[in-house]
Amino acid sequence: MTSVTTTQPAPARGFTPTQYLICMGGIVWREALRFVHQRGRFISALVRPLVWLFIFAAGFRSVLGVSIIPPYQTYILYDVYITPGLMAMIQLFNGMQSSLSMVYDRETGNMRTLLVSPLPRWYLLSSKLLAGAAVSILQVYAYLLIAYFWGIEPDSLWGYLAVLPALMLSGLMLGALGMALSSMVRQLENFAGVMNFVIFPMFFASSALYPIWKVQEGSPWLATVCQLNPFTYAVELIRFALYLQVDWLSLAVVAGCLVVFLAAAILAYDPARGMLIRRGGAAE
Amino acid sequence: MLAQREETAAKAPEAPPASGAAQAALEVAGVTHFYGKRKALDNVSFNVAPGTFTVLLGLNGAGKSTLFSLITRLYVNRSGTIKIFGYNVAKQSGEALRRLGVVFQARTLDLELTVTQNLIYHAALHGIGPFEAKRRMASVLARAGLADRAKEKVRNLSGGYIRRVEIARAFLHHPQLLLLDEPTVGLDIKARADIIAQVRDLVATENIGVLWTTHLIDEIVPTDRVVILHQGKVLDQGVASDILARTGTPDMRSAFVKITGSDISEGVAP
Repeated sequence: MTSVTTTQPAPARGFTPTQYLICMGGIVWREALRFVHQRGRFISALVRPLVWLFIFAAGFRSVLGVSIIPPYQTYILYDVYITPGLMAMIQLFNGMQSSLSMVYDRETGNMRTLLVSPLPRWYLLSSKLLAGAAVSILQVYAYLLIAYFWGIEPDSLWGYLAVLPALMLSGLMLGALGMALSSMVRQLENFAGVMNFVIFPMFFASSALYPIWKVQEGSPWLATVCQLNPFTYAVELIRFALYLQVDWLSLAVVAGCLVVFLAAAILAYDPARGMLIRRGGAAE
Repeated sequence: MLAQREETAAKAPEAPPASGAAQAALEVAGVTHFYGKRKALDNVSFNVAPGTFTVLLGLNGAGKSTLFSLITRLYVNRSGTIKIFGYNVAKQSGEALRRLGVVFQARTLDLELTVTQNLIYHAALHGIGPFEAKRRMASVLARAGLADRAKEKVRNLSGGYIRRVEIARAFLHHPQLLLLDEPTVGLDIKARADIIAQVRDLVATENIGVLWTTHLIDEIVPTDRVVILHQGKVLDQGVASDILARTGTPDMRSAFVKITGSDISEGVAP
């Protein structure tokens, strides 16, 4: 029998900041590669908001008048109004798509490759989140490019740059929500429920399609729901940023929700405390 | 519950004594695991030394994959300790996992990416940049006989080749301990032989410790260390030839039957 000793491990080497960056870069790179390979996903991500813009908004343009509300300084057309909502919608769907991909990865075993990395799990999940947000931002800018040729643009071209931090923050928040949800979904087939119970209610009960004051006129309780919906604040954060303004309330809500959702996701994927463990499975 | 666990701990076989010069590549000591109220592992203890090929032998449902998940930190270890080169997996997981290469029973490569892309991704997860990864890749792929398949999508590879890529990937970050969970299941005879040869070559030339979980007895050679896991308990362990001598049986199949008292007509092959 081979004799072994169980004491005196070799000195710990730890990980350098460069190694952390390499790891994050690798996760973002893989997500980008998967996105490039899945052309159908890119096209459908673009088609969805464009259908809303070209058909829905055009149809309702003459029916729905929007009064002067911040950040707008004049009366605006309806398709201008819903553009920030559609940008956020791209990110909402992308966040859920990422979580769907995590459920798929978990079912096929790919997730294990990520989770047995020696780097801290919170860091791995945050990197995955960042990768998803980066992909969603690419989609949003592709949408904005097409919208530009449709005649929809912010007052200043600087708006395209100013909106970037808002998109990053909202993308991270919605991605974190998706990640937390993915830990609760055991099987791919159950994910349809997320569509019905999360994506659609979040999108429709928000300020994406109509201003809250207008909802208030028709249904005060729905207006309250809209005001409690974090997606509303993601939309408003983007809307104001496009016009070179900061909506501080939206910034605070989106940042706060990001922290809460990310903490929930990290907790859920923690092998010691995760929800998956509590249901008798593994945090994988 | 705690009292029950302590009671079973007292009855379980002891791990090899801690003595000698070599650091244990893997030390599993008193590990117990429950799924709800069902006990999947009962006070499991054994060691894997560097440069040895250790077989974790057991029927389906013996607890091999559960133990595997505990060693890799996919499950939390609540009872007992698991150390990799002295680092506790639960408390110093980073240092422990960086010394560990893993081949899971389920395929874990991204089918949509090429072999090279999968390996670069894996290297990044260990903090190894793409240039260094490509340098290492040349040797690990050549060693696995995959040099000419590097640019192929994994989806286009056969099951045997996918396994070889997974082993090459597991070795890319130069681990000192390699875990393989039923790596030959579902493969044909040639692919099985190639993969076993690939791993034994790593043990011989790189001095890495290997824990190979299987229910296929013909994969064991007399010099291998064998840990027999049955219904969550380690019933025997030692060098295969010693187990045969101890049990007075002509082959490992007979030894397994004698030790476990189980009917293996369906469980262990051949």
